[in-house]
Amino acid sequence: MSVYEYRHTASPQEAADWTPRQQLLTDLRAVGGRAYPRVSGLFREKSWVFFEILLPFLSTSAFVFVYRALEAPPEYIGFVVLGGAMTAFWLNVIWMMASQLYWEKSQGNLELYFAAPMSIMSVLFGMALGGMVMSSTRAVIVLVIASLVYGVQFQVDRWLLLGVVFLLTLSALYGLGMILASLFLMWGREAFHMTQLFTEPVYFVSGLNFPVARLGLIGALALATIPLAVGLDAMRQLAFVGAEFPIGTPSPEVEILILIAMTVVFLVAARWMLRTLERMARREGRLSVRWQ
Amino acid sequence: MSAERQPPAIEARGLRRVYNVKPTPVVALQHVDLDVAPGEFFGLLGPNGAGKTTLIKILTTILLPSEGSAHIFGFDVSKDEKKIRRIMNMVAGGEQSGYGILTVREQLWMFSQFYGLPRKDGWRRVDELIDAVGMGDERVQRVSTLSTGQRQKMNFARGLLNDPWILFLDEPTLGLDVAAARQVRQLVLAWRQAVPGRTVLLTTHYMAEADELCDRIAIVDHGRILAIGTPAELKKRVQREALYRLELDRLDGGPAALARLPGVVSASLASDDGGPVDRQTVSVNLALQDDGALGGVVGALGGLGSHILALQKSEPSLEDVFVELVGRGFDDAGDTGDAGVADDGTGGDRNGGAPARDASEAETPAGVA
Repeated sequence: MSVYEYRHTASPQEAADWTPRQQLLTDLRAVGGRAYPRVSGLFREKSWVFFEILLPFLSTSAFVFVYRALEAPPEYIGFVVLGGAMTAFWLNVIWMMASQLYWEKSQGNLELYFAAPMSIMSVLFGMALGGMVMSSTRAVIVLVIASLVYGVQFQVDRWLLLGVVFLLTLSALYGLGMILASLFLMWGREAFHMTQLFTEPVYFVSGLNFPVARLGLIGALALATIPLAVGLDAMRQLAFVGAEFPIGTPSPEVEILILIAMTVVFLVAARWMLRTLERMARREGRLSVRWQ
Repeated sequence: MSAERQPPAIEARGLRRVYNVKPTPVVALQHVDLDVAPGEFFGLLGPNGAGKTTLIKILTTILLPSEGSAHIFGFDVSKDEKKIRRIMNMVAGGEQSGYGILTVREQLWMFSQFYGLPRKDGWRRVDELIDAVGMGDERVQRVSTLSTGQRQKMNFARGLLNDPWILFLDEPTLGLDVAAARQVRQLVLAWRQAVPGRTVLLTTHYMAEADELCDRIAIVDHGRILAIGTPAELKKRVQREALYRLELDRLDGGPAALARLPGVVSASLASDDGGPVDRQTVSVNLALQDDGALGGVVGALGGLGSHILALQKSEPSLEDVFVELVGRGFDDAGDTGDAGVADDGTGGDRNGGAPARDASEAETPAGVA
């Protein structure tokens, strides 16, 4: 058998007749395949050390110095450090999830993704998985360095719950990223501006540098709609148990339920939107063809 | 199932595709009927804007037809897209797909996962294909640093990862130098010949390429198929007479003496058409009713005291066929395409005015900025 004969099948009909297991395996492998460039990029493009660790560390430090000058409770330093670490995920979602499909289209990759036998959702899951690995590394580094430098004392009673909240926050956040990816693809060249438009407001309403409860109604709305806000609030409650002032509004258990609901809604909506987009792409030729 | 009993590799009936762009919709395909047999190497030959790429996009399930139907090995492109995607692959010229940050090996492995190859099989298959396309030295080179030719060989390897039954090649040698283009053509032929029943649909506007590779060719212009046939059949359409060039040591009586012979339509000195003139010999262009008349001419020349120094049959080119069918030259056609819409409606620019962006940026931190 030569290199030009890999999977010998007797006929095209036989080759096209996949079992559900074959399709599932292909979809799962596609997730790993699409995650690969992101994970390998972690080790190849060292510039992220500067852009995504040093720069966020500086802005985190600014808030730390402000809180120290105001003689705020020490937990506030911890809030800022935790918020600084979670910034990595939001940046990843807004820059590399939301706008990625648009860039894939510009690059000509989207056509190849559509023409491959995998589910296009696998591409989004792969991007999300790779992004989570990449951003987790950055978040951990920021968290460790900032905690050491500013002497943050975490008080955690329920580690398991904290881990669950963290994972649910990521799944809801990346679910939102998947929805945004489809929206940005439709909006085309406006994607870049949309990315810029979303970045700072979400920082603010998520309470990255202060307890979101301080925002009152806006904070409540953020908790209801933005995974970063509700996840961060729950993590702060679980990581600083002994705080002598109210940190979050709902309890972590309630916020877990909110995160679960967000995850389900976002993933279902993302799947629906992607399917709709693929149908539009085939019908109108607008989304996979680079010139439209 | 043998190749003979299979449904057609491609069957299109009344295909029409309209792009609803402003100010007026662009009709890219009009009532295209096409049959390609399993195992056939079929070419779509036409200038930019002819509709070749639109047809490929429909057949590869990326676009839906506005009207009509198309089937790949019996699978409907509108309904059975999943099945079709399992048995086909596509490679386009000038393709910039993938991620520049990856090495050639990694990029191909990534795509192998999209086709469901088991992880280890994927790496092995990638290594085999890299060797087959002669990129062993570039195996661990970053994609962003490849030359156009190297990149296209890598794309071709990508197209073979899933061992497709039908391969769509859209201008695969676009922008390649002569050596690289030849290598890509050889690779395509080697792949196709390895297993009976493998089918290739090639779009090109390089006539020599179509002539060399294709079993049959469809000449396309303005979204319509103007003619289909083997290269020889197409050429025969414009060759109503058998054309020869004779080189003689002498010709008493001049070409008029030949023109009077039975079966000879016309005879003229080659110098009349600007051909090379050698004063020691006489070159004559002959148009015969058919090849059978040549024997009479050769016999008659002996009677005229002439000796044949050389005899060459003149073949029309596919360009002659195109000119005959379209009424203009191939290059002219590209310039007067359908409202400036290129193959894929891009006005000839494959990037279509999309923002330039290096693939390597796609996976770098904040690289999309």
